[in-house]
Amino acid sequence: MAKSSFEEKLDANEFVVTTEVGPPKGCDVSGLVHDIDLLKDKVDAINVTDHQSSVMRFPSIGGCLLVKEQGGEPVLQVTCRDRNRLALQAELLFAHSRDIHNVLCLTGDSVDVGDHKEAKPVFDLDSVQLLRTARLMETGTDTSGNELKGAPQFCLGASVHPGADFIEPQLIKFDKKVEAGAKFFQTQGVFDLASLRRFMQYASQFDVKILAGIIVMASARMARYMNDNVPGITVPQPVIDELATAEKGKGLQKGVEIAARFVKTIKEEKLCHGVHIMAVGNEKIVPDILERAELISVGA
Amino acid sequence: MIVAERKSLEEIRRTIAPYERVLIVGCGTCATVCGAGGEREVALLHAGLRAMEARSGEGWHTFLEFTVKRQCDAEFLDALVDRVREVDAVLSLGCGIGVQAIAERFPTLPVLPGVNTSFMGMAKEWGVWDERCAACGDCRLAETAGICPITRCAKGILNGPCAGTKNGKCEANNEMDCAWVLIYQRLEKLHRLEDMRRYYPPRNFRVIPRPRRIVSKAEVAVGGNNG
Repeated sequence: MAKSSFEEKLDANEFVVTTEVGPPKGCDVSGLVHDIDLLKDKVDAINVTDHQSSVMRFPSIGGCLLVKEQGGEPVLQVTCRDRNRLALQAELLFAHSRDIHNVLCLTGDSVDVGDHKEAKPVFDLDSVQLLRTARLMETGTDTSGNELKGAPQFCLGASVHPGADFIEPQLIKFDKKVEAGAKFFQTQGVFDLASLRRFMQYASQFDVKILAGIIVMASARMARYMNDNVPGITVPQPVIDELATAEKGKGLQKGVEIAARFVKTIKEEKLCHGVHIMAVGNEKIVPDILERAELISVGA
Repeated sequence: MIVAERKSLEEIRRTIAPYERVLIVGCGTCATVCGAGGEREVALLHAGLRAMEARSGEGWHTFLEFTVKRQCDAEFLDALVDRVREVDAVLSLGCGIGVQAIAERFPTLPVLPGVNTSFMGMAKEWGVWDERCAACGDCRLAETAGICPITRCAKGILNGPCAGTKNGKCEANNEMDCAWVLIYQRLEKLHRLEDMRRYYPPRNFRVIPRPRRIVSKAEVAVGGNNG
């Protein structure tokens, strides 16, 4: 089976750029389609989040189909929070059948941080087990050892947290994800190049592609809010201070500047194999970041 | 042990509403130790219900009190035979097992729960109870330094921490320790970090089809001496 265009670029050691879109809460996908249209030709792949922050939304797989329809390259995000192993495998089979092969395997945020706090958290599998499940399915077998009629194929990704305040256990988990078959990693948001450099020194021993996660901050207030409320995010004080220097109403512009500077440095220093830009609701500014980072030409 | 919390007076009052004479039954084992349903709590609840009824001017219930050694053991329920004849319902302050044991023993008697059975755990300090075992039926504590990730990780995941841990705490509750940080730290002290590097396959939930039953009569002495 032909590789996805995203996988081909990873294999060719191109500096890849991915971004993500969050599906709407509701059936009106016009905003999502608009964002996809805006981004599809400017990035190498678009992730579609899976009930991000445990907030119930239109599904990732539905968003990926829209990305395909609009002529883009989707990355399906699959978390273990809401489905047991039967439903996860079914989703993977369906994704393959619709020519969606890039899959980011995640454990998923706790339901406690979302908008359905009374829901049953599933976590029948974790991210490492999900990666292994997908790789097993590629061999034509499901997790109970039954033969599949038609085996799927994937370009599997996972997440890693280079900025974690206690990195050692995270690195063990990273190793396990590599061993389980992750080919690319889209990191949690990194705000400090020193921790990214340290992580890359470690990660370079493995034959995997690392895409540095860049979160675009819209204000100092947003940064502080994320520190307090969003799992796995720590925005360091110097970044918050820089955001705070923005004139009133120009916070996002400052956030774009900071993100573009990060992307540019990462590209110039060949620090990572690519970047994954998370604009959390401000998707329209992603092309601006790429222009400033000289990854696409102005007006492209 | 089993840790329980007493239900609110309002809820208890609603559940006993249809019954005039109510026997409040305490349990002398776990419910006593965790301070939810021992002899003392039976007396306190009795007084609380009376006071509430007096305030509302609708005090028409009759309450009786009794605490058995163990509600979950049929032999200790014999002590209730005469007492339940005098009442319309039992309000049990034992765990969910106690409520059901009494219901099984007295088929025509309404039995109402006065506590919420919370978890299996231990006292962290006086008045603070922490969950420690999920009774998963497939103990992995040998591999996780004696710290249970199924119980103590909010997601119950087996292959290491998620990315949501911050300052050693859990993303689901920043007052709770991240189980995987604790496991890492203890494995390090035990020079067993390689245990964490091992891949743990998905759990086998077949060991817990509900309801579970264990048959091991050979190891239980007939007629007593079993605690």
